[in-house]
Amino acid sequence: MATSDKGKSLLICLGAVLLLALSWALPASGFLNPYIVQVLMYVGINMILTMALNLVNGYMGEFSVGHAGFMAIGAYVSSIITVAVLPRELAPWLFPLVLVMGGLAAAAAGLIVAYPSFRTRGDYLAIVTLAFNMIVKSVLENLEILGGPRGYLGMPRLTNLVWVTAWVLITLLILRNLIYSNFGRGIMAIREDEVAANLTSVDTRRVKIIAFLISAFFTGIAGGLFAHVLQFINPRSFSILKSTDMLVMVYLGGVGSLAGSLLGAAIFTVLLEVLRPLGLWRWVLGPLLLVLLMIFRPRGIMGLREWRWLQPVLAFGGGGQGPTAPGPPPA
Amino acid sequence: MRQILEIIDLSHNFGGLRAVSDFSLTVGEGELVGVIGPNGAGKTTIFNLITGVFRIAQGRILYQGEDITQWLSNRITAAGIARTFQNIRLFKDLTVLDNVRLGAFSRHRYSLMESLWRSSNFREQEERLTRRAYELLERFQVAHYAGVPARNLPYGEQRRIEIARALISQPRLLLLDEPAAGMNHAEAEELIRLIRELKEEFSLTILLIEHQMRVVLNLCQRVTVLDFGETIASGPPQEIHHHPAVLEAYLGRDI
Ligand SMILES: Nc1ncnc2c1ncn2[C@@H]1O[C@H](COP(=O)(O)OP(=O)(O)OP(=O)(O)O)[C@@H](O)[C@H]1O
Ligand SMILES: [Mg+2]
Repeated sequence: MATSDKGKSLLICLGAVLLLALSWALPASGFLNPYIVQVLMYVGINMILTMALNLVNGYMGEFSVGHAGFMAIGAYVSSIITVAVLPRELAPWLFPLVLVMGGLAAAAAGLIVAYPSFRTRGDYLAIVTLAFNMIVKSVLENLEILGGPRGYLGMPRLTNLVWVTAWVLITLLILRNLIYSNFGRGIMAIREDEVAANLTSVDTRRVKIIAFLISAFFTGIAGGLFAHVLQFINPRSFSILKSTDMLVMVYLGGVGSLAGSLLGAAIFTVLLEVLRPLGLWRWVLGPLLLVLLMIFRPRGIMGLREWRWLQPVLAFGGGGQGPTAPGPPPA
Repeated sequence: MRQILEIIDLSHNFGGLRAVSDFSLTVGEGELVGVIGPNGAGKTTIFNLITGVFRIAQGRILYQGEDITQWLSNRITAAGIARTFQNIRLFKDLTVLDNVRLGAFSRHRYSLMESLWRSSNFREQEERLTRRAYELLERFQVAHYAGVPARNLPYGEQRRIEIARALISQPRLLLLDEPAAGMNHAEAEELIRLIRELKEEFSLTILLIEHQMRVVLNLCQRVTVLDFGETIASGPPQEIHHHPAVLEAYLGRDI
C-alpha cells in the first residue's frame, strides 16, 4: 500500500511540473494564440476564486454573496504596490510577494466578515457579505486617489499563464490539505449541524475565522492576478455581478468539491467567452443559471464528491470525506 | 466518592414556560444516575443547560469543582463532558469515520500550518486518530460502514455511532439522552449490557435520561424524577418505582 501511495504522490508531482512546463511552453512557442492564452488565464483565475468561495459556501455551508469585495481588495492593493511602490524593474521579480500582500489585505477584511458569522447564519450572513461587497465598491468609487469610479491603471502585465497555473496548484494543494485535516472536518461539521459541532468540541469560532481568512486570502490572490492581466481595474469590475458569477461557478461545479470547483470555473468561463456575441445579454446568463441550478441541481455536477487523485493518502485510513472514502483498515 | 458534577438550583424558562425549576443534582465519580419523567418534563433541557446549548440565567453548574456555568459548548465538551442526542444528530453527509474522528476535535495537537504542509507530526496524529476511530467502530460493530455517509445507516447503527463519537473524546462524564428510544425489548437489553460494559471499560460517569422504566431500574444506582420542571422524587430506583408522586405523574401514561 505504501509504495503505491508514494507512486501516486510522485505521479501527481510529475503532472504538476508538466502542467507548469506546458503553461510556459505553449504560449512561448506560439502554439496557442494570445486570445486562447488569455481565456486560459481567466479560467485559472476563476478556478482560484471558485475553490476559495467553495470553502465558505460549499464546505462550511455559509452563504457569502460578497466575495468580489475580497477580490477587489486583492486587486487594488497589489496594483498600488506595483504601480506606486515598487520600481518598475523589480516588479516582475517580486510579483509573487505582491500577490501575497494583496491576499493578506483581503484576509484581513475576511476577519471583518468572520466575526458577524459567529452569531448570524444563512440569510443574515448573506446580507452582511452583500453589504461588505457594496461598501468596498463604494469606498473605491469615492477614493479619488485611486481613480474613483474611473478606475486604476498603469499596472505592468505581470500575470502570465505560468503564474496562474502555479497559483491554481498552490490553492488546490493548500485547500486540499486544509479540508482533509481536523480543521477541514470542523468546517464541514459546521455545515452539517453547528450546534452538534460545538457539542463535539469543535471550536466553531476559530474554525470560521480560519475558513474566512483562507478563503479571502486566495480570493485576494485571484484579484491580484486579474488586475495584472487586464492592467486596468475599476470598482464596477467587483460588483455584485462578479460575486454572482463566482456563486454560479461554485453551484455549477458542485458544493463541497474541489474537483467541482475546477470544472465549474472551466465550463462557465468558456461558456461566457463563447457567448460573447450576445453582448449585454451575456450578463443575464449568470443570475439565470444560478436560479436554475438552485432549483434543479442545488449540489452541482460534483456535489460533495471528489476525484480520487485529489484526496490525500495517509498510510492509514486516508481522507474519508464523501462516499469515496478509505478502504478497510489493515488487519 | 469525589463529586464530578454539581448542579445547583438550575432554572430555565422558555418565554412564559418554566421548563426547569430549581433543579439540583450531585453526581459522584463513577456513578450511573438516571433522570426520568414524562414527556416535556424538562429532561433534555437540563442536558442542554449542562452542555452550554442554552445560556444559564439561574443556577450554577460545577464540573470537577470548577464553575462551568458560562462556558461555551465546545469548551465544556473539550473538558470531558460528552453527550448523545435524543433525536440523533450525526453529521449526515459526512462519512461514519469522519463523524467519529470529529468527536476528538479538541484532542489534536497540530497547528493549522502543520496541517497545511502535512508535517510528520500531523501525519502521525491523524494516523493515530484514525486508528482509534476504527477501533471504536469495530467495538460497536460498524467498522464496515466507515466510508459510508452517516445518513445512509439504519437507525440503531446511527445511535451506536453517536456513542462512539462521544467516546473518542475520552470523556469523564457521559450524558445519554434516551439511548433506548425506539428500541424493542431485546435491543434495550442489549443496550443495557453495552452501557454497563462501556462504563467499566472507559471508567465513565454516566447521566442517563430514559423513558423506559425497565432500563432505568436495571442500570441506575440513583434516579431523579422530574415533572413539569419540578423534581418530585429522587433516590434508589426500587424506591422511586413505588413513590406515590411518581405513580401520580406517570398515571395513565406509558411507563
Ligand atoms: N427550544 C425550545 N423552545 C421552546 N420551548 C422548548 C424548547 N425546548 C423545549 N421546550 C419546552 O420545554 C419543555 C421541556 O422540554 P424537554 O425537551 O426538556 O422535555 P423532555 O423531558 O426532554 O421531554 P421528552 O421526554 O419528550 O423528550 C417542554 O414543554 C418543551 O415544549
Ligand atoms: Mg427529551
